Amino acid sequence: MKFLIQRWIPRLVLAPSFLLVVLFVYGFILYTGYLSMTDSKMLPSYGWVGFENYSRLFGLRHWNTAVTNLAIFGILYIGISSALGLFLAILLDQKIRAEGFIRPIYLYPMALSFIVTGTAWKWFLDPGIGIENTMHAWGWASFHFDWIKNRDYAIYTVVMAAVWQSSGFVMAMFLAGLRGVDNEIIKAAQIDGASGVTIYRRIIIPMMRPVFLSAFVVLAHLAIKAYDLVIALTGGGPGRATELPATFMYSYTFTRNQMGVGASSAIIMLIMIFSIIVPYVYSELKSGDQQ
Amino acid sequence: MEINKFLKTTVAAAAVSAFAGMASADDVEVLHWWTAGGEAAALGVLKDDLASQGVGWQDMPIAGGGGSDAMTVLRARVVAGDAPTAAQMLGFDIKDWAGSTGNLANLNSVAEAEGWDAVVPAALQDFSKHDGNWIAAPVNVHSTNWVWVNKAALDAAGGKAPTSWEELITVLDAMKANGITPLAHGGQAWQDATIFDAVVLGLGADFYKAAFIDMDEDALGGDMMVEAFNRMAVLRSYVDDNFSGRDWNLASAMVIEGTAGMQMMGDWAKGEFLKAGKTPGEDFVCIRFPGTQGLVTFNSDQFVMFDQGEASDSQMAMASAVMSPAFQSAFNVVKGSVPARTDVPNDAFDDCGKKGMADFAEANAGGGLYGSMAHGHANPAAVKNAIYDVVTAHFNGEYDATEAAEEMVNAVLDAQ
Repeated sequence: MKFLIQRWIPRLVLAPSFLLVVLFVYGFILYTGYLSMTDSKMLPSYGWVGFENYSRLFGLRHWNTAVTNLAIFGILYIGISSALGLFLAILLDQKIRAEGFIRPIYLYPMALSFIVTGTAWKWFLDPGIGIENTMHAWGWASFHFDWIKNRDYAIYTVVMAAVWQSSGFVMAMFLAGLRGVDNEIIKAAQIDGASGVTIYRRIIIPMMRPVFLSAFVVLAHLAIKAYDLVIALTGGGPGRATELPATFMYSYTFTRNQMGVGASSAIIMLIMIFSIIVPYVYSELKSGDQQ
Repeated sequence: MEINKFLKTTVAAAAVSAFAGMASADDVEVLHWWTAGGEAAALGVLKDDLASQGVGWQDMPIAGGGGSDAMTVLRARVVAGDAPTAAQMLGFDIKDWAGSTGNLANLNSVAEAEGWDAVVPAALQDFSKHDGNWIAAPVNVHSTNWVWVNKAALDAAGGKAPTSWEELITVLDAMKANGITPLAHGGQAWQDATIFDAVVLGLGADFYKAAFIDMDEDALGGDMMVEAFNRMAVLRSYVDDNFSGRDWNLASAMVIEGTAGMQMMGDWAKGEFLKAGKTPGEDFVCIRFPGTQGLVTFNSDQFVMFDQGEASDSQMAMASAVMSPAFQSAFNVVKGSVPARTDVPNDAFDDCGKKGMADFAEANAGGGLYGSMAHGHANPAAVKNAIYDVVTAHFNGEYDATEAAEEMVNAVLDAQ
């Protein structure tokens, strides 16, 4: 009897949440996948059209802009956030005074939602009220910074705001990694006559490999699902210059009454996420087996 | 004793709530996006009118201009089988709903009894009717081909309101020479498209109809369209550098303050001028976009009723209240639009409102009343947004006029 209870209680307790997750996450993923193969317009409808929505999707200039923007945004955002996060973590790791005070300052931007970040940066970057205006008021009349109004540079302002938000968080991840490095190794290197720079370059940073991987996965999925930041910062503009796949998906599904195309773009985004997450999970499971 | 008292109150409360439940069967639940002060107050007129007939009002406001958020909520409710009694809708959304769900209420009985057919212009009926049956009650008619000019800036620039494209350019040049921003504009796709509407209409009503309503390829990609894009580029040169992303009411504020000369925007902009204490004719001038006098591009808010078995009495009461001349006048005076029926007296309206009503009647009589492309009354949402993409890309310098016209044909074909 006791054995039976012990065996069944955990399953019973987990069952509701398991069912909910299966239905509302995986069920709707399948439903979206099905919708992407139908002629759904304003409301879901079930006329089968095969891969027509996908071929339309990849013929759309708008989607190509969104994907190109994602590539620019993703590469710069992940690259700069990781580099800056690592750099800040190394500086903080020098046993400086008041570290406990400085660390949260870098970490706090992560506590804001992207909507707040986007709105604040919209004001900073606006030439009429932000940095440019302030510089002019201080007498630097030739100062010129209107990237947010320039369709060729607007996507880089999105990168700026996102890096500002996330690099503190990446710093915290690296700092935890750095603190985990065995002091004996560093001492041994010092005895062998390695300089501080060499120790970091040849020993410590290579040991950060798992942290790089974790940071990459966290940042990559944030990049692919980036929606609120763009909406608050540029509204997808000027023109359509800063559209990302997530904003594309929302507008096609809900405001343009082309639900089929919207669903197919959602599936493409899912595939992008999977192609990042699956190798990561796989490598985690593999290293787990070895232990 | 105590328990007895408790029981009594509980039973009483249950009885009251049961009664309230019965009463709410006759309530109307109304989904709308009129949340701004003036609009909400105007809606209060309708609410009071219905209350006097014993019909309760359950408000379901979803903020967000243009109603895209409201439409998202409505979609979720209808898919879940819980449609509201009535929902505010615009243009082709009504046609899409009528075509795809079919579960809209039939308002023919009240329409016939009150003679809607005779007083609502045919161009509007096109949206209010599906398969010949009334499914919606139009509340107002906004027209989008207006220009709002600061009077002092106009006087400094010669004082004569432009009536043709050439005169418009002369005035804009003079304003530029006077050191103000000639054209106040917000760089959002729908605002770019609102100007584009007027520019295309200014090149000829036939061209407007062929391009946006019939979606004729030759018109969409032809020389006239290239000329329309050229004119957009000319207008672009009168806009300040900091325009992109600006909200329309901030652009209105520039005209009100006199830092900008004029704004090309629908009649809802008038509310901003009135709120700032400005008087039509004295502080600001309202004119039709030069070259479009006698023509009107409109968008019309309508209340669509969802089917609740036999169209219920409360729905009929609401439809009738919406169409009553008193409400149409009271609401539209506040909203800045004109009544959807042509027999409403214009006493309560200001000068711009009177001009709007006269223009509307003239356009209706002369066949110059067209649905606005920029506001979803000329073609379906997919096509409208495809046109937005091209117009805003051109306005922001991505295409030249010839490329934009070619792209226009492709975009519209793709979206159909």
